[in-house]
Order: sequence, then C-alpha cells, then structure tokens
Amino acid sequence: MIEKNVEIINKAGLHTRPAATIVKIASQFESDFYIMKDGFSINGKSIIGVMTLAAAKGSVIKLTFEGEDEVKMSDAIIDYFNRGFDEL
Amino acid sequence: MTELKKDNVHRGIPAAPGIRIAKAFLFRKEVEKVIEENITNTDKAIDNFEEAIVKSKAELAKVFSLAVDKLGVKRAALFEAQIMILDDPILIQTIKSRIEKEKKNSEFIVNSEFSKYQDLMSMSKEPYMKERSHDIEDIKNRIIRNIKKKKWKSRITENEIILVSNSLTPADTVLFSRLKVTGYVTNFGGLTSHAAIVARSLNVPAVVGLHEATENISDDDLVIIDGFNGIVIVNPDNEQIDFYKRKLEKLSQVDIELAKLKDLPATTLDGKKIDIFANLDMTEELELIIQNGGEGIGLMRTEQIFQEYDSFPSEEEQTTVYSNYAQKIYPFPLTIRAFDIGGDKVLPVDVREPNPMLGWRGIRFLIDNKNLFKSQIKAVLKASIHKNVKFMIPMVASYRELKVTIDLITECKNELNKDGINFDNHMELGIMIEVPSAALMIKDFADEVDFFSIGTNDLIQYMLAVDRGNDIVANQYQEFHPAIIRTLSYIINEAKKYKTKVTLCGEMAANYMAIPILIGLGLDSISVSGSVIPHAKQIIRALNYSEISKFALSLLELRTEKEIHEKIDIFYFEKFGESSKEFYSN
Repeated sequence: MIEKNVEIINKAGLHTRPAATIVKIASQFESDFYIMKDGFSINGKSIIGVMTLAAAKGSVIKLTFEGEDEVKMSDAIIDYFNRGFDEL
Repeated sequence: MTELKKDNVHRGIPAAPGIRIAKAFLFRKEVEKVIEENITNTDKAIDNFEEAIVKSKAELAKVFSLAVDKLGVKRAALFEAQIMILDDPILIQTIKSRIEKEKKNSEFIVNSEFSKYQDLMSMSKEPYMKERSHDIEDIKNRIIRNIKKKKWKSRITENEIILVSNSLTPADTVLFSRLKVTGYVTNFGGLTSHAAIVARSLNVPAVVGLHEATENISDDDLVIIDGFNGIVIVNPDNEQIDFYKRKLEKLSQVDIELAKLKDLPATTLDGKKIDIFANLDMTEELELIIQNGGEGIGLMRTEQIFQEYDSFPSEEEQTTVYSNYAQKIYPFPLTIRAFDIGGDKVLPVDVREPNPMLGWRGIRFLIDNKNLFKSQIKAVLKASIHKNVKFMIPMVASYRELKVTIDLITECKNELNKDGINFDNHMELGIMIEVPSAALMIKDFADEVDFFSIGTNDLIQYMLAVDRGNDIVANQYQEFHPAIIRTLSYIINEAKKYKTKVTLCGEMAANYMAIPILIGLGLDSISVSGSVIPHAKQIIRALNYSEISKFALSLLELRTEKEIHEKIDIFYFEKFGESSKEFYSN
C-alpha cells in the first residue's frame, strides 16, 4: 500500500472540475484509491464521494493506493495534485 | 409613495430587473415520500432502480442541452456533474448491493445512501457546499420519482404566471423558461443563487429571499413583482395597480422611443456614419446588443470567462465560447480582447504586488505565461473561420511587447497549419491604447497593427496618475482634463495619418457629454455597453459633424476641466435648449 499526504495548491481548491478529473484518472487503474480528510475516508473512484470533500487551497489530504498497479496509479494522481489540477 | 406602504407590500432582494403584473402560481416541490418496506424480490427492485437511472439520465441530458442553449456551456456544466453522478460506479454498486443484502425497497435505499453524502456536505462551512447539497437533493428526488414511475406534471396553464416557490433548482428554472413564467418569487436565495443568475440570463424579473412568500401568496392571487426594487405586492388595490401600470407605460414608452432607433444608422445630420459597437461581458448581453441594433462587438472581455470557470479555461473550452459568439454576432465583427489579468482584476496566482496597477498585468502577464497566451491565440484563430473575428491586446506599453505578440501569433498559425486546422489568416490584430507611452508611438505601432482601440479608463488613470478607486483622489480623475482631450486628439490624428482604424471602448464613450467631443475629434466608431446603444444613436443623429468638429477643436485651447465642462454645457444648451438636460439624462 502507498500512503501520501498532498497539499491543495490551486487557488480555487478541489472544486467540481478537478473532482471529476481525479475520478476519471482513478478509473483507469485497477487498484483501490481512498482520500482521507477530516477523519472521513472517501473512495476516489466515486464522483459523489469526491464532491463531498471541501478542500480549499492550502489544505492537506491523505491519499492511499492499494493493488497491483498502485505505483502507476499513485504517480498519475499525485502528479495531477502537484500540477495544481492544471490550474497554476 | 403611499402605494408602497401598505400591508400587502413585501420586500425581498431584487435579483433580476423588470416589472410584471400577473397571477401567482405556487410551485410546491413534490418531495417524494419514501417509506421503508421489506421486499422479497430484490432482482425486480434492482431492475426498477436501473431503469430509473436510465430514465433520469435521459431527462438530465435534455435539461443539459436546453441549458447549454440558454445559459452557455459554463453554467450548464452543473448539470453535467449531475449526469456524472448517475454514472458513479461506487454509488450505483453500493445501492444495488444494499438492496440485495438489506431486502428493502429501492427508493428507501437510494434515499438513505444519498442522504449520507448530503449530511457530509451540510456539515461543511463552505457556502458552496450547501448549494451542492441542494443539487444532490434534486438528483435524488429525480431518481426516486422515476423509481415510482411518476411523471412531473405541470399544472401551469397557457396564461402568464408569476412563479412562487420556496426555492428553485437550476433545472427547475431552465424548464420553466419554456413555459409562460414572467416572474420569479422565492423564499430563499440571494443574488448569486442559481435561480437569480438564471432569471437575469433569461430576462425575467425576480425577487428572492422573501422568507414567507409561499405563506403570504396563494394560487391565483394577483401579484405585482418589481424586480428593480425587490418589491412584491399581493392582491394589489386599484391605487397600487394604477401606480405600477403607469410605471410600466413609462418603461415601455422609453423602450418604444429607443426601439425606433434600432434599425436606423448612427448618422449625423450632415451624413457622417458612425459605427456603434458594443462591449460584452456576459453571454446574456448578446441578445440585448443585437436587439438594440449594435453593429458588432468592439470589446469582448475574456477575463470574465476565466472568472466563471474559477480557473483557466482550456483551449477547447475557449474555442467553444469564442466560436459561439462569433457565430451569433455574424456577419458583424467580434473583437476579442486577450485576457487582461492583474491590475484591479484578480490574478490567478498568488502574487502580492505593492502596486498592481503598475505591475504584472495585461500583455506583461501574458508574455510571461506563454502557454496560456498561446492557448487563447489558437482558440481565437479557430473561431475566426468566418472572417468576422478580430484580436486585441491590452496594456501594450512598448514596441517590443507587440513584436513578441506578433511572433507568438505567427507561431500559433504555423502550428495550426501543421495540424490542418482552418482559420482566417488575415484576422485583424489591434492594440488597446491605454498606456501613455503607447499613445505617443501610434506611428510605429501603425506599421504592425490593423486597428487601435482607446481604453479611456486606464489611459486617464495613467496620464493623470490618479487611482479612481482611491476616494481621497478620485475627484481628480477627470475625463475632460485638457491633457486627455488633447491626447485623444493626437491619437486619432496620428492613426488617421498612418491609415489605421481607431475606435474607443472606455466608459467615456457612454457619457453623453463626451459623445460630441469624441465624434468631433474624428472617431468613426465607438464601443459602448449594450443598453447605451440606443441613447448613443439618439445623440449622434441630432448632431452636425461640421459643427462638432469645430467645437472639439476649440476645446484643445482650454486650460482647465472646468472651462471644458462649461463649454460643453453651453453647447448642449444652445443645441437643445431647456430640454437638453432631460433629453440626455436617461
């Protein structure tokens, strides 16, 4: 299992568009992917779940990946977070 | 105004302008009752659920396409997110397996599963999460209704009605727009609620946030809605009806007077034709501009789109937006201004500048963010296929900035050619003249560009070194400062000398006092906001060009703004007599 803390760095935060994109990226992989924030654990392949996360700029959330392709999956997702959801 | 002091007058937030008198229609959101039932045939329940999902998707797809038409892509995106939820594999799977395991009816499980997420959203302190929770409520009710195979039944007749409800979802508002709803009154919601935005877009008066509207108003009550002042009158007496009928008449008279000018050109008495373009901020204004006889868009501010998207729109998104405008305004021209980010506008990156107006803004920002700039250039080029698109660069202060821009445009054209994408190779390029240094280099810029557009707001600010947002010095922001009039004269003369078109798109063009001067100084076109077009035409059609050109020249000799003001007053008085003030005070 891979565990990683990431920071939200774009100005608008985790709004609907990045939420949708995260789900789309995650769906390309087999592994399980969870997002942890404020004590809640959300399945990263569920749009309605990711939409419940109110993550403003500067907040830190924990990601976990588990499964055969967890390395590739975590690379893709973490890269998307580090790119500030392509909104920098 | 005793009419407005009676008990039947209710006050809310004016959310969309206009006055209407019509019967009320109470829209009670049918919240589907959900009863917990034990079932044996779980397969059938799951089938029902799956059918309901398919049905809901089809319904939302319809709303989505209607919304794209009426509201534009960005606001319609909301419905797209709702459609995505119907495709959420985790959600769908959880619901199915819960039906199977718990052996409960599908609507009960749907309700319980969705409510979990809604509870999470309601706990958040972010205001937009509450709105999001309402959207989830909307989609939940849709699925449950479809499981019960009920149809949404409209009791609305053919008559015009004023819709009264607790709150309105975006989907409701869009669907109602197809019916004869002439006004919206709601208990909840503010200026930025979806209902308010949609009502403004559709040009239907709305008063929101009345709290007890649904209790004070019954079906078929006669209602006056005043969207200018946020007033709703229930079962008005004759005095109140007369009061508002007079208001309505006055409004329509003004409209008729000005509407007569729609198809008439803005030509002076001695035959000089002035092109009247419009400044455009939002999609919804386009209709008004066309309706008012605008002859094209002289300034489309693109940073607004960026604000709507909360982030930089992609090249594809921009292409869709620009192409849509270009098509709608065709055959008239659409002048797209490159993102003017920074200054008093929001900068999308966190940079604190001690003096943003003199900082990283306009073309400076774009040159430092080449990928963003190129995505916009390409999107504008792609939208130019019908040859009615022009591109305009803000805040140019030096020749080098223009050269870099031209190189980037060439680079983009080459890349598009390589990909076999069509565009107008001769798309006109222009620059805003709003920095004093640029005003002095018209001759040099004229070699490189097709047109100039004078941005008076910034030009005045920079020339007089006055921040008009600063109360202490704001009164020294003088549109009629002699140096401004002389500079305008210089810019226009130089542009004409070097055979380059010149127009003006600042707020000054909407000032009736300024119009005779601007036209007199030799401008062949101006760009104003859509609602000002008829007024501008009315003034220009009453002027003699030979007269105002002499008048404008005489102003160049004056030394103070006060002298200029006085001279304009005398000019108007001599021309239009006592009625001059009233005539132009619209």
